Amino acid sequence: MTVSAIVPPAFALVFAPLLIGVTNRTKAVFAGRQGAPLLQPYFDLVKLLGKGAVYSQTTTLVFRVGPMIGLAAVLTASLLMPFGGCRAPLAFGGDLILFVYLMGLARLFTVLAALDTGSSFEGMGASREVLFSTLAEPALLLALAAVGRETKTLSLSQMHELVPRLFWGHSSLILMLVAVVLFIVFLAENSRIPIDDPNTHLELTMIHEVMVLDHCGPDFAFIIYGAALKLWLLGSLIVGLLLPTRTGLRLADLLLSLAAMAAVAVLLGVVESTLARFRMMRVPVFLVGAVVLATVALILKYGGRLG
Amino acid sequence: MTAIFDFILVTVALVDLALLGTSRLATSVRLAAVQGMALSLLPLLASDDGIGLRVLLFAAGIFVLKGLVFPGLLMRALRTADVRHEVGPYIRYAPSMLLGVLILATCFWLGSEFELPRPTISPLVLPIALATILIGLLLIVSRRTALNQVIGYIVLENGIFVFGAALALEEPFLVEIGVLLDVFVAVFVMGITIFHISREFDHIDVDQLSLLKE
Repeated sequence: MTVSAIVPPAFALVFAPLLIGVTNRTKAVFAGRQGAPLLQPYFDLVKLLGKGAVYSQTTTLVFRVGPMIGLAAVLTASLLMPFGGCRAPLAFGGDLILFVYLMGLARLFTVLAALDTGSSFEGMGASREVLFSTLAEPALLLALAAVGRETKTLSLSQMHELVPRLFWGHSSLILMLVAVVLFIVFLAENSRIPIDDPNTHLELTMIHEVMVLDHCGPDFAFIIYGAALKLWLLGSLIVGLLLPTRTGLRLADLLLSLAAMAAVAVLLGVVESTLARFRMMRVPVFLVGAVVLATVALILKYGGRLG
Repeated sequence: MTAIFDFILVTVALVDLALLGTSRLATSVRLAAVQGMALSLLPLLASDDGIGLRVLLFAAGIFVLKGLVFPGLLMRALRTADVRHEVGPYIRYAPSMLLGVLILATCFWLGSEFELPRPTISPLVLPIALATILIGLLLIVSRRTALNQVIGYIVLENGIFVFGAALALEEPFLVEIGVLLDVFVAVFVMGITIFHISREFDHIDVDQLSLLKE
């Protein structure tokens, strides 16, 4: 392990809330508002960490450990994700499966904590979250499998190194399909429009937000920070697999990747500002569409003997 | 050249799958138009000895007919029939998309098994042509509005066209023109039929037409 391996998790820890700030600013510009400062998510986190927590008497231990395990799982996942030409601290064959299921673990504990409150709204949100993530998970795994098939490796760090070389070759078609799938998964997993609306005020229509209604203080800070990290990690998955160039200079690569992350955050803001949310009934069809695209990316390579 | 060819073929396959997942009829018509336009580029890329006048005319004909005339006719039928959505398909959208991808996978397997008399420009031709034909059939049998069945018919013909454009390079012209003429007449007649069905019965749900028997 080299010193550069510290870079990906360090960047994730430091810059993740900034990504949310950039997205919120983009949405503000679209709405004609001035918008919150770019550093607002950091201020929110500091404020929440300074507060006390209130626990309902109907809740049990599960409710209290939920946010902590959620954050711990995402933190562990951040050790697996390469960034800007640097390998991740933990890299081994098959780490992409661990990555996907660490995300799954974080979600499981959010859902359990939501169910633990006994609130009907939270149960509804939990049910929707589970349904949609059941559909998003195969899409993510199949898309990664397609990239794995192209690069002949099952390690995220090695994929990250090999993909730029493949991009301009025979694999470009497959990588384009993978890009679309990853972006759909990015929207779904981070509960963004058109699947979910992070700013909605109606409990009836919320998915992710309703599950965390009863958390407050430091617990809520953990949840927000975990969500920001998740946004960062899935965003850097897109950037890492699809940024088609490497300059060769480590610093330039890092800056380029950071700029690409900002671009992803802006794109997210644009998507959220210009699209309307899907009706709840249409969301599964949309996500199955992502699964189908990922499968096409996979079988194009298998049957067609492309390249 | 092969890369663009592959790109068009994959577009055709993706349009097939998208057609299985849309409920809005106007979107279906537009998707079919996109597929027709994409297909019209295939003869240009497939011809061995450069782009002659004949190939150019052929491609232009396909473009106008599949990309503009058919969708135009269908849009008119849509307006006169005044329907917007498919109602209660026999197979719902998400399952039919999964079925579509299953068909695609099967066709890829079949494509690797078949020996073709001459090498094709891309290994994707056979699987995607077969899949497009089968997905057209699936659309015809699984949807209830007459308009979607017409689109299924067009998709089926598009599949045959992919096959023809890539394989029968020598004399595709007359054969294709013949087939196109058939399809043109068929779509024309079906458009009129849709109009008449909707005027008589206030809907274009073909399932209910079976109730007409004695």
